[in-house]
Amino acid sequence: MMGARAARRIRKRRRSGLAFGAVAGIATAFGLLTLALLIGAVVIEGAAAFDLQFLRSFTSRFPERAGVRAGLAGTIWVSAITAASAFPVGVAAAIWLEEYAPDTWWSRLVQTNIQNLAGVPSIVYGVLGLALFVRAMGAGRSVLAGGLTLGLLVLPIIVISSREALRAVPDSLREAAYALGATHGQVVFRQVVPAAFPGILTGTILALARAAGEAAPLILVGAVGFIAFTPTGLGDPFTVLPLQIFDWVRNPQPEYRQLAAAASLVLLIVLFVLNATAILLRNRWELRR
Amino acid sequence: MRDLLRSLRATPLIALIFGACAGGEAGPPGGLTGTVTIDGSSTVQIIAEAFAEEFQIANPRSRVTVSATGTGGGFEQFCAGDTDISDASRRITAEEARQCATNGVEYLEFEIAWDGITVASHRDTDWVECLTLSQLRRIWAAQSTITRWNQVDPSFPDEPLRLYGAGTDSGTFDYFTEVVNGVRRAARTDVQRSESDNELVGGVAGDPGSLGYFGYAYYLRNQDRLTVIAVDAEDGAGCIEPNRRTIRERVYRPLTRPLYVYANRASLDEPAVRGYVEFMLANAAALLPGTGYHALDAEQYQSSLDRLVRETGD
Repeated sequence: MMGARAARRIRKRRRSGLAFGAVAGIATAFGLLTLALLIGAVVIEGAAAFDLQFLRSFTSRFPERAGVRAGLAGTIWVSAITAASAFPVGVAAAIWLEEYAPDTWWSRLVQTNIQNLAGVPSIVYGVLGLALFVRAMGAGRSVLAGGLTLGLLVLPIIVISSREALRAVPDSLREAAYALGATHGQVVFRQVVPAAFPGILTGTILALARAAGEAAPLILVGAVGFIAFTPTGLGDPFTVLPLQIFDWVRNPQPEYRQLAAAASLVLLIVLFVLNATAILLRNRWELRR
Repeated sequence: MRDLLRSLRATPLIALIFGACAGGEAGPPGGLTGTVTIDGSSTVQIIAEAFAEEFQIANPRSRVTVSATGTGGGFEQFCAGDTDISDASRRITAEEARQCATNGVEYLEFEIAWDGITVASHRDTDWVECLTLSQLRRIWAAQSTITRWNQVDPSFPDEPLRLYGAGTDSGTFDYFTEVVNGVRRAARTDVQRSESDNELVGGVAGDPGSLGYFGYAYYLRNQDRLTVIAVDAEDGAGCIEPNRRTIRERVYRPLTRPLYVYANRASLDEPAVRGYVEFMLANAAALLPGTGYHALDAEQYQSSLDRLVRETGD
């Protein structure tokens, strides 16, 4: 038999549970609403300027002739270089930290530092890239320097998300492999890494999406505001979509604000494509296993 | 591992990314080839981009880039030998020239256009049409305590006066402080500053009772949001508003100023850089009216062209 007091208490708990659910729901709705407003504003303002000609033209002092070709190509180049440099290094570092590193003060120091690096403001990476790649390495104000700088920026994120993915692989898998006589290397590369790969890919592509939205560090390593050609090699000058948007917003002619919105739309589409690729790859990989 | 490799090979992302940008069209053969790197004043940026665009239409295989880190930032790179051409809204300073000399960078200086720094307020400001130079000096001086309009002139209303001015890395800041305050770079600190003229226009246009200054081109494109304020230089000419005629004839004083282009002398041996400078001087009169700035007299461009030939040979 349940007493009246107990029933009251349960009702009270249920009410507070419902209240918390409502607060959490409102918080979610607030985030979604902000996103919807943002996308809606960009689409409404930018849709009129968004067409094939906009994608194929370079910037111009006549707004009706201007387009994002240089920015789009630059973003693709920089993202590719970022991926090619940060992915192998980041994943290798994560594998070492998770599967090989002994638990010493040294490896703990490395781990703490990587966590901290993920929180360093992006402009600091710009300064580092300027000193390291543009000046010391002699890459100049090139698409290579830009891509490597963003590679440094996303490296800690890739390491952390890859470690999470490796850690999520159940130990039973490792033990079963050892029991069958596999060496450490076989366990890692035939069992653990393939099992963790969907998570690693997702983390990497989300990190790349962040890099694609960066402008500040690229200004420091010499991405230019006005450019009417696309890179044909690693040493070429470049611009990226966020910088093109920044440059247009600063233009006194109001028509350029519409172009900036349309360029934001292009950037959003690039980011959606990257995220969709992450999801597709993950699903494909999970199906195959 | 084999699974891993296979999936990587099946991943078309990288190939797709690199493939997508391989198709830069070469353009018809002919014209100049080579790269021209330009940086400097954001005021001159509008002009430089117009020249760069037209130059590349005439020479499809040339490659011109224009950045705008400010006059000071531009000279820093120019004197390190990083850029071919530096845009400036004031002359090179003695210290910057020394820097160039230390690094062995020789240069040629060209005046390219006239600009009138325009003083403006919010659209609804109707009590002031003209300020004298000494009133401007009292407002903008480093030790100024003026925060209300009636402190400038008792006939003005008791309204707050908020200031918007060029950022300290811009040549406009150097020029304005020199001619208005009398001392280069002396300025009060309670001023909203920006290197971007466009942000200043936005600040002034959105703040009733505001007072700001920026390049004439920016006023021209936002006339309906601003009230222009004439300037009385106290030389007997009375109040003069900036416009096409007063700037071209330099009667809008003292805020009419020349804009400059500096070319690295060693870079002028490259056909593209030399061609760009020639193109600029030959087409300035035709292209400048569309930018909101004012062309110099034709003879000045011609004498610059002559100087270019004299200094660097044919």
